[in-house]
Amino acid sequence: MLDWLQMLGRGGLDFFERLGRGHVFVLRVLASVPVVFLQPRLIVTQIYSVGVLSLVIIVVSGLNVGMVLGLQMYNTLVDFGAETSLGPVVALSLVRELGPVVAGLLFAGRAGSALTAEIGLMKATEQLSGMEMMAVDPVKRIVAPRFVAGLISMPLLAAMFSAVGILGGYFVGVGLLGIDDGAFWSQMQSKVDLYEDVMNGVIKSIVFGVVITWIAVFEGYDAVPTTEGVSRATTNTVVYASLAVLGLDFVLTALMFGS
Amino acid sequence: MTGNDENLVEVRNLTFRFGARIIFDDVDVDIRRGKITTIMGPSGTGKTTLLRMIGGQLKPFAGEVRVDGRDVPKLSSVQLYHLRMRMGMMFQSGALFTGFSVYDNVAFPLREHTRLSETMIRDLVLMKLQAVGLRGARDLMPAELSGGMARRVALARAIALDPMMIMYDEPFTGQDPITVGVIMKLIRMINDTLGLTSIVVSHDVQEISSISDYIYMLSNGKVVGQGTPEQMWQSDSPWVTQFMKAQPDGPVPFHYPAIDLAEDLFA
Repeated sequence: MLDWLQMLGRGGLDFFERLGRGHVFVLRVLASVPVVFLQPRLIVTQIYSVGVLSLVIIVVSGLNVGMVLGLQMYNTLVDFGAETSLGPVVALSLVRELGPVVAGLLFAGRAGSALTAEIGLMKATEQLSGMEMMAVDPVKRIVAPRFVAGLISMPLLAAMFSAVGILGGYFVGVGLLGIDDGAFWSQMQSKVDLYEDVMNGVIKSIVFGVVITWIAVFEGYDAVPTTEGVSRATTNTVVYASLAVLGLDFVLTALMFGS
Repeated sequence: MTGNDENLVEVRNLTFRFGARIIFDDVDVDIRRGKITTIMGPSGTGKTTLLRMIGGQLKPFAGEVRVDGRDVPKLSSVQLYHLRMRMGMMFQSGALFTGFSVYDNVAFPLREHTRLSETMIRDLVLMKLQAVGLRGARDLMPAELSGGMARRVALARAIALDPMMIMYDEPFTGQDPITVGVIMKLIRMINDTLGLTSIVVSHDVQEISSISDYIYMLSNGKVVGQGTPEQMWQSDSPWVTQFMKAQPDGPVPFHYPAIDLAEDLFA
């Protein structure tokens, strides 16, 4: 019994200590963000590896999700003779929910894990220590550009996911199932609100971008510098970031669309 | 300022622990300017830890670490970074940036800390690479280098900013005899031609005693012997003798501490 209590206490302390380290770390990163903008080349390189290289999986998934949405929704809507509402249904579900959330999950898996593994391995191979000894702060030189790149990439990827998804819904609804072209778009135009729907989706994707990138760079920087340590950190990134996206999505949805 | 100007690094009453394990217990070490000083000792005695404290990456529990008159643990991070620009360190693994070519690795500190033009940087990089004999390897990536070559590139990078001192962490470990010879020659040559101060952490007795000016031997958190290589070979301290002559048993026991064998077997 006492052992069990002791374990619980130790686990709790470790958890809160790590949480604290994570917050101190993100403050250090934020403090070095302004300096990073003086070297835009560093950010551009990272946007390429974090954002551009994630494009394929985002576009393919977006297209698929949109097409499946189109098919499934059509089957329900056609019973009520409301199949022309397919446009707004597909657009709203993508822009409000699926775009930011699914893009976030994919971003955590594709870019987040890569960030953690890269930074963790740099730590394990003493590259970060070496940089410190050369009087270059790795938080400024390595972490901050990746953090900024994640922040910039994630909303753009989520927007692209939604756009491609809507196209997918259009191909299935109009191309395959024969809904009227004009009704599809005009209904979408009248039902989707720029601020209420689109902006809220963008805000979600920005929040997810911050959280995923933060978890990814912190897990990498804080990894135990061994093979197992880096592998555990990579797994942690995907698990924690995915859970954070799903949890935050509920909170944000309740705040935005609750009343 | 305490101490004298002959010493670039002065470590006084240094105490450090990792958890419950005592790494240093009241250790004093002096590193003379312009000399090659070696820190020797069995694995796990904190030789690398000592280098990290001199470089300010770890803070001691108690005691002073003075480099060029400044107490390293008390420096602000800006002052520490200024001091580090005048220190070079060669890590055991080389710690080259795997995403950069050899050329870019050596150019890295110059690009970060100076406003020199690319042509000027090119000249400097080629000169540093020439010094370690790898000017022809400038376009290779770290993954294409042998272990010995990686260390030589790391050395070129460590001297890129013309530091006042350079620290070598286990420079010979795991290298073939030719590479060991090359690195020995480089350590001596760079020390003498650039007029800097070298600290070498090593346990390769033969190699290191042929190039060192002074040796410290650490064991169990204490300095157990010090002197010139000749004095070390003739030392009558059992610690020093065991280490220098590679005896399997002695003050450093062959057996990891355990209960009596008979008791253990019949338990």
